[in-house]
Amino acid sequence: MNPTDPILTVQAIHTFIGQFHILEGVSFTVPRGSISVLLGRNGAGKTTTLKSIMGMTPPREGTILFDGQNLIGKRPYHIAQLGIGYVPEHRAIFKELTVRENLEIAERKRGDLARRGDLIFDLFPDLKRLYTLLGGNLSGGQQQMLAIARALVPDNRLLLIDEPSEGLAPVIIEQLMSAIERLSAQTTILLVEQNFRMASKLAQLYTIIDDGRSAISGSMSDLVRDEALIQRYLGVA
Amino acid sequence: MLRQRTSWITIIILIAALLIFAAATSRNLGTFGITVLSGLFQAMLLFLVASGLSIIFGLMDVLNFAQGGFFMIGAYVAYDVHHPGGLIDMTGAIPNADLRFFLSILAAIVIGALLGAFLERGLLRPLYARPIFQLVLTFGVSLVLVEAVRFIWSTTPYSWTALFSVREGYFTLFEQQFSTYRLFVIGIGFFLIVAIALLLQRTRIGIIIRAGVEDSGMVEALGINVRAVFTLVFTFGCAVAAFGGAIAAPFLGASIGMSSSFLLSAIAVVVLGGLGSYVGTAAGSILVGLAIAVMANYSAEFLNLPVLASMTPMLLLVLVLLLRPSGLFGERR
Ligand SMILES: Nc1ncnc2c1ncn2[C@@H]1O[C@H](COP(=O)(O)OP(=O)(O)OP(=O)(O)O)[C@@H](O)[C@H]1O
Ligand SMILES: [Mg+2]
Repeated sequence: MNPTDPILTVQAIHTFIGQFHILEGVSFTVPRGSISVLLGRNGAGKTTTLKSIMGMTPPREGTILFDGQNLIGKRPYHIAQLGIGYVPEHRAIFKELTVRENLEIAERKRGDLARRGDLIFDLFPDLKRLYTLLGGNLSGGQQQMLAIARALVPDNRLLLIDEPSEGLAPVIIEQLMSAIERLSAQTTILLVEQNFRMASKLAQLYTIIDDGRSAISGSMSDLVRDEALIQRYLGVA
Repeated sequence: MLRQRTSWITIIILIAALLIFAAATSRNLGTFGITVLSGLFQAMLLFLVASGLSIIFGLMDVLNFAQGGFFMIGAYVAYDVHHPGGLIDMTGAIPNADLRFFLSILAAIVIGALLGAFLERGLLRPLYARPIFQLVLTFGVSLVLVEAVRFIWSTTPYSWTALFSVREGYFTLFEQQFSTYRLFVIGIGFFLIVAIALLLQRTRIGIIIRAGVEDSGMVEALGINVRAVFTLVFTFGCAVAAFGGAIAAPFLGASIGMSSSFLLSAIAVVVLGGLGSYVGTAAGSILVGLAIAVMANYSAEFLNLPVLASMTPMLLLVLVLLLRPSGLFGERR
């Protein structure tokens, strides 16, 4: 495989939830080793795009290639096993499980957690102290760190992270940003982020999703200079 | 944690109240002992039906109305294997009654597991997007199980006649004779309560089940084949219920009425214990089992109103829900 090939190619996917046509043609690529971000207004379809990649809301049309394999028609557990880690919106920490169990459950092979422990506790040293607490007793920021750590337990080649900064205090957001930045040395990251400052600092590439369609993609350095575009699609400046 | 503590206090008070009531209304220590023992016996059988019901509901959002039917099937299979005649006659091949009892339990477990696996894989799986259909389906299956029993074993209830050593033994306490078989079932029940708790707490599959009760979609997104876990848990739940029927049969015999009576009591247990709570189901089983025995004794001694005992689970359910609307150990919703 050519290392300059994108690790993920999403092409013209159409996703329905019930009878609602939510995604009506989303296309973009994620280059290996990059941080890419999906931008767009509330309800644009960013989360649905990530869930479509994971097979949780399977697309009815289109193709999704991960490292050359078509993901369409595969079940979520199978897609995850190919090497994709999912950090969902609102974190989905198991509240009745301890921090340790939240990490253990993510093991795909025996000893994954032991192997990756150094990396995880290096990025999020707090988790070690919280190891025996229940997930439900953590603060929002701690839960977010745990959600990312959980996706790091197996050796994933792609991380899908949905709105990590949501509802968190600025200090915590700073910590998360530096963690995600350091993480990108290890793995490719596809981020969804409404916090434009955070998105523009972290990501090299962006795709704007608007009303269920991918409107425009490009490099982040171009986007930050294009206030008209930002205003049009994101309503922030 | 605080909520857990008040849950424990509530259940201890309720059980203590029952025991005091039983002691006050018993003629002597001997009848009190019998009441408690038969209450715990009933409790363990209830637990074997209710635990599957509760875990399956928590994980899969399926209320398996056929759970009582599996209990009944277990009783019939065990009866059939142990006694001469019937579908399978093993009295010639295995004259040892103890060994035959062991085999009859094994047969019930295997048949419960096979039927359970078939029900989940073949019938429920296509319907996971339609919870109401699943409810109707499991209810239909429970009727089919009853009809199948009618067809195979007729409608006349069987009472267990072939003795074996655990079933024959008696011991005397307070000048009263107690069957060792009751103790045997109570022991097995407590063993299973602890074993399943350890399974849920300590093993990987247990962690997966507990996480799946909270959010099975997220468990799957971590790379775990959740549907396979569903099949496993459903099969296990049905096998445990059939096992319950099998160990009940030497005492209660085998009858069609077992299906609905154990299902209804088990539903009462699961709801009053708190939906999805394993501890609640275990504690609820003990509470309901004791209550049934206490009320049976009371109505036999004073009221001559046997229906009181069969109404007890539902009355208790109403009482507990008035005290705690989400059940003893339930999450407030
Ligand atoms: N279960 C559902 N049933 C019906 N419509 C849904 C469902 N889930 C999402 N939608 C709709 O799909 C559209 C896209 O939702 P999605 O969650 O993907 O948006 P988003 O871009 O992630 O928004 P946000 O920034 O608010 O998280 C929205 O209009 C939403 O109302
Ligand atoms: Mg979203």
